[in-house]
Amino acid sequence: MDLSILWYLVPSVIMFACGVFGFITRKNMIAMLISLELILNSADLNFVIFNRFLFPGSMDGMIFTLFAIAIAAAETAIAIAIIINIYRAVGNTDISGVNKLKF
Amino acid sequence: MDAVSNIILYFVVAIVIAVFSVMAVASRKILRAATYLLFVLIGTAIFYFQLGYQFLGGVQIAVYAGGIMVLFVFAIALTHRPDEKSRPLESHRLRVGLVCSVIGTVLLLFALFTLPLINGLSLTECLSQSHAITMHEIGKAFTGTEKYQYLLPFEAISVLLLACIIGGVTIARKR
Repeated sequence: MDLSILWYLVPSVIMFACGVFGFITRKNMIAMLISLELILNSADLNFVIFNRFLFPGSMDGMIFTLFAIAIAAAETAIAIAIIINIYRAVGNTDISGVNKLKF
Repeated sequence: MDAVSNIILYFVVAIVIAVFSVMAVASRKILRAATYLLFVLIGTAIFYFQLGYQFLGGVQIAVYAGGIMVLFVFAIALTHRPDEKSRPLESHRLRVGLVCSVIGTVLLLFALFTLPLINGLSLTECLSQSHAITMHEIGKAFTGTEKYQYLLPFEAISVLLLACIIGGVTIARKR
């Protein structure tokens, strides 16, 4: 039995599908952010898998994933700052409470 | 032919990732969803270790499972009462979400298993074709300007992180 590229891509597909499902169905903004993290994480995993199996000699996918992790951290920090600000203004973190683009 | 221990590790981590991703989006308690996300991130880090990218696995655990999860837990603690449950999902949203994710999954899996763009190398063969990545190489790749070296994106990321720090403080400060 060989662990080929398809074996590693299947958990990534499952992670991505769960992220899409959560992003569409959840109304809490932090839960939506958690789904977004799942999607980003599956994309990162795909970079690494394709790097390892299709171009074993190089490490460009790994470096791309490192940059993606840094950007994801920055994006999460800003998103959580915005969510806390919205919580102060609206009183909850439901996406339905945010329909006016002013405070 | 891969080692049996590698295959067993693969199956354990793959099942953990699949189960906890579903639970992270299905759980109605937000703190539990964050905890399940933590398990998914750690499983991904184990995949990175297994694929031979030790530095990347360490970064994944330190930045994602460490930093981002702390941010999530603090944000949840600031905006939710303990043991607060979110409302049950509306049925039409549930339907739309299920349709989208199921169609996406089926299309992706169809493409993966039918299109002939993927080679059939096993993990052991790939690992034997490559050499272990040392810290020296990673440092060279981040600080050089030649081909396959990434000084400019590295500097751009540092400016982005500075902007992120200032933006986070400005947005979330009391006024």
